[in-house]
Amino acid sequence: MQLEFSREDEQFRGQVADWLRDNLCGAFEVIRGRGGPGDEHHFVEERKDWERCLAEGGWTCIGWPEEWGGRGASIEQQVIFNEEYARAGGPGRMGHIGETLTGPTLLAFGSDDQKRRFLPDIRSGQSFWCQGYSEPAAGSDLSNIKTRAEWDDQAAVWRFYGQKVWTSLAHESDFIFVLARTDPAERGHRGLGFFLVPLAQEGIDIRPINQLTGTAEFNEVFFDGAVCGADDLVGEAGDGWRVAMGLLGFERGVSTLGQQMLFQVELDEVVRLAKLNGAGQQPALRQRIAEAHIGLRTLRYNSLRMLSGEQDGSLSREAMIYKLAWSSWHRNLGKLAMDVLGPDAELVESGPYELNRLQSLFLFTRADTIYGGTNQIQRNLIAERALGMPREPRGDQ
Amino acid sequence: MKFRFTEEQRMLQESAERFLQEHSSTAVARAAAHLPAGLDLSLWQQITGTLGWQAVVVPEDQEGLGLGVVELAVLLEQSGARLSPVPLYASAISALALRSTPASPTRDGLLRAIASGEIVSLAHTDARPHWDDRGVDVTATQAEDNWCLSGSARFVSGGAAAAHLLVVARVDNVPALFAVPADHAGVSVRHQVTLDQTRSMANVTLSDVTLGSDAALVLDWGRSLSTALDLARVLVAAEQVGCAQRALDMTLEYVAERVQFGRTIASFQAVKHKAADMMLKVESARSLMLYAACTADAWLRDAVDDTELREAAAMVASSAGDAAFFVTGTGIQLHGGVGITEEYDIQLYFKRARALESYLGRPDEARETIAQLLLDEPASRGAPRAA
Repeated sequence: MQLEFSREDEQFRGQVADWLRDNLCGAFEVIRGRGGPGDEHHFVEERKDWERCLAEGGWTCIGWPEEWGGRGASIEQQVIFNEEYARAGGPGRMGHIGETLTGPTLLAFGSDDQKRRFLPDIRSGQSFWCQGYSEPAAGSDLSNIKTRAEWDDQAAVWRFYGQKVWTSLAHESDFIFVLARTDPAERGHRGLGFFLVPLAQEGIDIRPINQLTGTAEFNEVFFDGAVCGADDLVGEAGDGWRVAMGLLGFERGVSTLGQQMLFQVELDEVVRLAKLNGAGQQPALRQRIAEAHIGLRTLRYNSLRMLSGEQDGSLSREAMIYKLAWSSWHRNLGKLAMDVLGPDAELVESGPYELNRLQSLFLFTRADTIYGGTNQIQRNLIAERALGMPREPRGDQ
Repeated sequence: MKFRFTEEQRMLQESAERFLQEHSSTAVARAAAHLPAGLDLSLWQQITGTLGWQAVVVPEDQEGLGLGVVELAVLLEQSGARLSPVPLYASAISALALRSTPASPTRDGLLRAIASGEIVSLAHTDARPHWDDRGVDVTATQAEDNWCLSGSARFVSGGAAAAHLLVVARVDNVPALFAVPADHAGVSVRHQVTLDQTRSMANVTLSDVTLGSDAALVLDWGRSLSTALDLARVLVAAEQVGCAQRALDMTLEYVAERVQFGRTIASFQAVKHKAADMMLKVESARSLMLYAACTADAWLRDAVDDTELREAAAMVASSAGDAAFFVTGTGIQLHGGVGITEEYDIQLYFKRARALESYLGRPDEARETIAQLLLDEPASRGAPRAA
């Protein structure tokens, strides 16, 4: 067992840290630590500029093969990059959907033409992507997609009709990848297609969803005849589920340590406050603060186990518990922050409803245990896939 | 960074699992509860004679294997999973305690004794109610060239079958470590029946036990007592993870068999979600336990300080203690009525989890240790380890 990174990897860490120190400054000072979950709609233009700065330094898409402008970075190096990025206060990545979802999907399932048309602009920070999976009737039951993709023989294009929802930053993106039903006679996993659709066109209407935090980073995206070309279908019509599921397997946890670095910043803030206002001398809060500390360290060693696992693409037991573990931890931290703040937690000090960081944390972490598979769905997955218990029956089959 | 077992560690794990599956069923554990010392000494002889687990952390100079806490954790997880009635923990913590005392003929002899399979037990506390130096009851006074020890120690693991005791005694109110032959005049060792029937514990009473000057292994052992207890907490956590994993496995087997309303109860979401929570706790505790074992090894190499060891031990004591209690308690619940019978094994695991949860300090006490490190002024922390 070896907890330390190799000397080469530590050199790589120094290289990343140096570059970030020299570049995340000046005009970019203002976006330090901004644009994370709950704050994604802020400083969009500055963060797009930052993506181009990263790209020039060769720090976008580092896990991609060199052939497509990446560094072919190892899992360890990707982990280190994410860790240092978070440590330096790097802003929420505008390019992360393109880099971590679209790119790997095209590398695995895309045609050479698709790779040539889309990968370079993702790599250089010129095009930004959003994700078109969830629909009003397809949340936890993702395969229940109703959005239709109809082949228009006359115009030789695919036309889309329907609605996507919970689409982060749709109004700031150039493209959306859309999971849509190509065969209306099919249900569930069958008869779906995975499409690459430009957003700037007739037939697409993007409407923000106002959240409990008073902000709006999610959107509804309505399709009424919007189009994409025949060559914008990834894989075959009817093959969409396989492509979509492949995409979910790509991330492999390389961003988890970076995410935990942000969690650590939040926890440090709570600890600092508790020492300052005396909450840290209350026995019940001391227990909960200690528990939060232990929980975050547990996430770290879960991740290290996950990242050290066999590289055969199968999900290990520690990978299967990860979403449930971090989302529950983070939601509890939000509540702990309120309790440490005490009576002041209730006071909104600026704007009509401009929340401070911890208030925003408290409210927005209620989403953590819902998106990306609710805690209830996670428990089903753990029980069925890790523990081999019987699958839930469907009500419509 | 490879936070997973090496090939050798994986082979050790597999061979331990195979051996204990064959030779250490719960029937063996139940039977041992009725033996004089609460231990199955023939099973222990088999282990010491052919597998050498007692010698894992004994240095090679004293005929040990010179391995580390990670290897110990591998073994203790497996013995914890089988409630194996053998003094593996007792030998391990004694060897680790001796490793942090200066070399002397007595110390080296004891390490050799452990390596040869003799049982050496650490008798450090009376635990009324503190497990740390505040709980040390035995006092030692010096008269000419001799030492005279009197007092009592409880919760002495494996003590009733021990050949030697490592006794912590106060010398001018400072903890010191003594080697005491278990059959020495004035030493009384009595097997103690416990709520957890399957983990051997003894009470030791010393009445004017007179020993030569070489019996004092080290005076001023206060800091080492504290680090030895932290190492012990890591070992206990490995047992807890094994106990919890086995309780989860046996519960999964049961709910897959039990049919109600025309279906196995494993198919009910209420049951599946409890099982998922059990796995979450077991895997989380396992991750921290592996980290703590690595940290203990780093501490033995002088690569980290006492505070880091203390933090790791407290974190895992909190996590693994809570996990084992939750998993075994939920295991009883999911077994339904049979869960509270004597016949089904889940109750043995529940009792073990209860015992280990409070042994060396409750999870909430461990969290208070963490709270002190996080929230209190540095002055109240322990002194940093000397270079």
